[in-house]
Amino acid sequence: MSKDAGPSCSRFRPLPVILSDYLAQADALAQECRALLDSLDAATRLDVAKGQLNALKDERLNALQGALRSLPAEDRRAAGAAFNALKSAIQDALEAFVARQAAASGRQAFDGTMPARRTWRGSLHPVTLVIDEICEIFRELGFTIALGPEAETEWYNFGALNFPPDHPAMELHDTLYLGEETLLRTHTSPVQVRTLQRFAPPVRVLAPGQVYRRDFFDATHAPAFMQLEGLAVDEGVSFVDLKATLAEFARRFYGASRRVRFGPSYFPFVEPGAQMDVEVDLGDGKGLRWVEILGCGMVHPNVIEAAGVDSEKYTGWAFGMGPARIAMSRYGVNDIRIFYDSDVRFLEQFAR
Amino acid sequence: MIVSHEWLKQFVPHAHTAQEIGEALSRHCVTLDHLETLGTQLAPFVVAQVVEAGRHPNSDRLWVTKVDDGSGTLLDVVCGAPNVVAGHKYPFARTGTIMPGGLKIEQRKIRGETSNGMLCSARELGLGEEHDGILTLETDAAPGTPVLDVIRLADARLDLDVLPNRPDLLSHVGVAREVSAITGAPLHTVPADLTVAPSTVAALTGATMAQGAHAAVTIADAHACPRYVAVVIRGVQVGPSPAWLRQRLESIGARSISNVVDATNYVLHGFGQPVHAFDLATLAERSIVVRATRDGETLVTLDGVERTVAPGTVCICDAAAPVALAGVMGGLHSEVTATTTDILLEVAVFDPRFVRTVRKAVGLSTDASYRFERGIDAGGTQEVARLAAALITQVAGGEVVEVLDVGAPAAPRAPVALRPSRLARLLGVAVPTEEITRRLESIGCRVVSEGQALLVQAPTWRHDLLLEVDLIEEVARLVGFDALPDELRPFRPGSAPDHPLHLAARRVRDVLVGAGLAETRPMPFTATGSEESPRVRNPLAEDEPFLRASVLDTLARRAEYNLSRMQGNLRLFEIGHVFLPRASRLPQEEMRVGALLMGARRPAHFTEPEPPEFDMWDAKDLAERVAGAAFPGRTVSFAPVDGAAAWTVAVDGEGVIGHVEAVTLDRPVWAAPAWGVEITLGVLSSDDVAPARAHAHAPAERESGATRAVRFVPLPSTPAAEIDLALVVPDGTPAAEVESALRRAGGELLEGLTLFDEFRGAGIPEGTRSLAWRLTWRHPERTLRDKEIEGRRTRLLDLLDKELGIRPRAS
Repeated sequence: MSKDAGPSCSRFRPLPVILSDYLAQADALAQECRALLDSLDAATRLDVAKGQLNALKDERLNALQGALRSLPAEDRRAAGAAFNALKSAIQDALEAFVARQAAASGRQAFDGTMPARRTWRGSLHPVTLVIDEICEIFRELGFTIALGPEAETEWYNFGALNFPPDHPAMELHDTLYLGEETLLRTHTSPVQVRTLQRFAPPVRVLAPGQVYRRDFFDATHAPAFMQLEGLAVDEGVSFVDLKATLAEFARRFYGASRRVRFGPSYFPFVEPGAQMDVEVDLGDGKGLRWVEILGCGMVHPNVIEAAGVDSEKYTGWAFGMGPARIAMSRYGVNDIRIFYDSDVRFLEQFAR
Repeated sequence: MIVSHEWLKQFVPHAHTAQEIGEALSRHCVTLDHLETLGTQLAPFVVAQVVEAGRHPNSDRLWVTKVDDGSGTLLDVVCGAPNVVAGHKYPFARTGTIMPGGLKIEQRKIRGETSNGMLCSARELGLGEEHDGILTLETDAAPGTPVLDVIRLADARLDLDVLPNRPDLLSHVGVAREVSAITGAPLHTVPADLTVAPSTVAALTGATMAQGAHAAVTIADAHACPRYVAVVIRGVQVGPSPAWLRQRLESIGARSISNVVDATNYVLHGFGQPVHAFDLATLAERSIVVRATRDGETLVTLDGVERTVAPGTVCICDAAAPVALAGVMGGLHSEVTATTTDILLEVAVFDPRFVRTVRKAVGLSTDASYRFERGIDAGGTQEVARLAAALITQVAGGEVVEVLDVGAPAAPRAPVALRPSRLARLLGVAVPTEEITRRLESIGCRVVSEGQALLVQAPTWRHDLLLEVDLIEEVARLVGFDALPDELRPFRPGSAPDHPLHLAARRVRDVLVGAGLAETRPMPFTATGSEESPRVRNPLAEDEPFLRASVLDTLARRAEYNLSRMQGNLRLFEIGHVFLPRASRLPQEEMRVGALLMGARRPAHFTEPEPPEFDMWDAKDLAERVAGAAFPGRTVSFAPVDGAAAWTVAVDGEGVIGHVEAVTLDRPVWAAPAWGVEITLGVLSSDDVAPARAHAHAPAERESGATRAVRFVPLPSTPAAEIDLALVVPDGTPAAEVESALRRAGGELLEGLTLFDEFRGAGIPEGTRSLAWRLTWRHPERTLRDKEIEGRRTRLLDLLDKELGIRPRAS
């Protein structure tokens, strides 16, 4: 601490005995009080400010009050007026400080309209969202998840699935070949055979996975896309089970009031082969209409036998669907390429 | 397959609408893709008779006519056509009619004469380009009759999605059979269009050849061509087809060429049997030889292209040279032309695989090859030859003078046993035996009972009915899938557990989404690769033929895509497969997770207008969390890669499973550096599970929750003592080395050790840095005394000085 006289340190002043001295001292005290309060930070607490003010003024104000009596009688009137003016000047300075303080604290008032401190929101791909939703429903119906390789042998992709060799049915699948007898799987159905070879019936599995076709990349086709396969094999499994399970899925996925129908179709690895249509609103203003949602059927006995399982004892049903197509209609996407672009402005729309 | 509803009715007369037929087929047989109504543009027009026609007083080219449109009042109509003749009938547009082009016909004055309507040309009706004059209608219909009733154009075109198993549906008679089976309407295998007289010419037959007075046929390769029927017709007059035949072809979108060619096309689309007419005079020695091709043989096909006949295959030749690509297309030289009088009509059976080879070799797919490849009705050859010949003589005149039938007739199909009990088991509901029999007979099967089973012989046009299950499908679809009960029945849980990689991927994915990353699903193709890299042998686009070996590589390309769109705050991840070269048929396939971070660590906020950028330490944390989620309960460790802000990531028991690195990509100056993590979740075996027709069943290995459960450590009941230690560490000494020394010296009561500061600069000598740790000690039973802590601190510093030459930073 400095030993020099500060505003708060008292110092001896001779009592004024003449009017001019008295007026000068009163005026000086008023100025010092004003200067003190003006110099204080607006954040200074009021009691602290008053303490400093009192330290400066109390002694001198008392002295000036006492000095009134020692002045000549003719000067007392003028001195009295000066004393009162001093007191109100100090009061004004204090009020000014309080006002300044109030104004300053007003700026720091809490503004609840300001935005939260956000963190980045992660997102799942829209096709994943659809796959998840489908898997959730089938899990409740007793299915587990099976996976298989995307690079496959011709046998797992075609031969074991009852594709007649050198038959136009193969042309439904424009295949990307890796070698003489190896390829990128054209559907997730090889997982059916791998699962039946690995696990004894009863088997109830779902196989989501990427599949490949020799297609140009345009608004409605991609050379690689997701497919979702389902397989149920056990003694006594029938077309009624297929129909009831898939219709149950459709009602849970699209809504209980949706109508479902089954019509004939053809896939070499099922017999009878069918397709399931659901009456859905694609949100394009055309209202409800029948849309093919999935292909399905009873697993062909040749497929069950190819996996080394007795087709006379065990029967099964299977289905396959394209979650990307469903995602397109569900999210109003009309160009499939946006699913692959990985543009963050697209992906972040699916943030949670 | 395009089917004309009117044509269909020639085979199966019925009273249903095209819409109803399409719907019925979709439910029971084949999906209707599209239904198009034809001729609707003619609906507003009526037949009108011109009663008087006189010259327009103010024009040399116009006529003023009085027209009877059946309304009872003769109308004044001005007409500009040169061919208007009083007494003839024409299509007429009354006032108020809206023309196909959108123009509305109104009463108006033409050069001072009032006209109430318009007499129309073919073009004005949307019936082609003819507009030299108005269309003369040769009809007895009364004026006022709708034109549609006179020009029988009203039809519907059903576009059916015929799948490869049902080539029998690639014809009108085939579809008619199904309509008959579904609706019960009777089937006429000879359509009402045809007038067929009984044949008077007996066929000359032969196993490999037949020689007649007018022609000869030899089959040198019975495998490629089991049967060849040639009908010689003499005295035909090639010319335009009659209107009904033109209309049949136009109704399915085919063009009329000439009566003979149109007749062969009628047979193709009507009966599903491709037939071909040769100009007999152009065939050397008037003979047909089905033989192996010889080197260097070429043929100019009907489309005018000279083609090399695929060597080693079979083609249709005359005595000298090829005249047709068997099953694909005829030759230009032997084509039927306007001057042709004698024709040889080919009705043959070709092996589907053989036609496929030829079609692929020449790269030419035709209506004929499409049907042969899928299989035609080998049992119908003779009948189709008879009908085709009848149709040609009906529309082009001439006379059948010879029929040569070479090769073997199709063998009848072996009967297949169908057990109604098996049907009930497979469908889940029983169908009475009588109904099974009735359904199968309705599609041409012969059914006899034998004990508990039915013996079913499929018709020759059904190549797909080979097994019991094929017959079950027929019954099911004809009964209707929708008629089967919709009833959830009990099931047993499956024996296959969730695939462990699926579970790992789910856990990892949740971590990454929680950390604010966006999932991507790009394709695993890449532009770059080595000799050994797995690659697509037949890519459609040559720019990215390789299969990737890194997910991060794909993410880097996706990041560049975003950067080129001015998006620099990127947090992307993908869980997908990579394909690594190895000495095996198939590449090693791994499921990997890749994550890429670049740009702001947090969104900007008013308290932090410019948040810091992601750096290597964020990437390292992400790798720790991903590896922890992928391999729960296992220790994850990082090894720095020399001289780079990069690490390899290892998990105990698995070895190195991934890495953290700065990602190299094409980065604009404004963008932040990119950091990447790639971790292998596991291998997806592509080995055969078991040999074909065998299994390798084994109990499932399930990971129980207990093996990965966290072990709980009891919470402390005593207070901890804490000190901060700032040390001056030479640059060559890694922090981990100091930390390990601190752990050793800290003793067993050392509970926590946190590096919380790194500092270089004022007060710290060159070549060193200050590292500060916070150490926490805790005694399990009592409070540690200050003296004990002080003692530990002293021992620590002694040891650091002695072992590593490290001293505390002067305060």
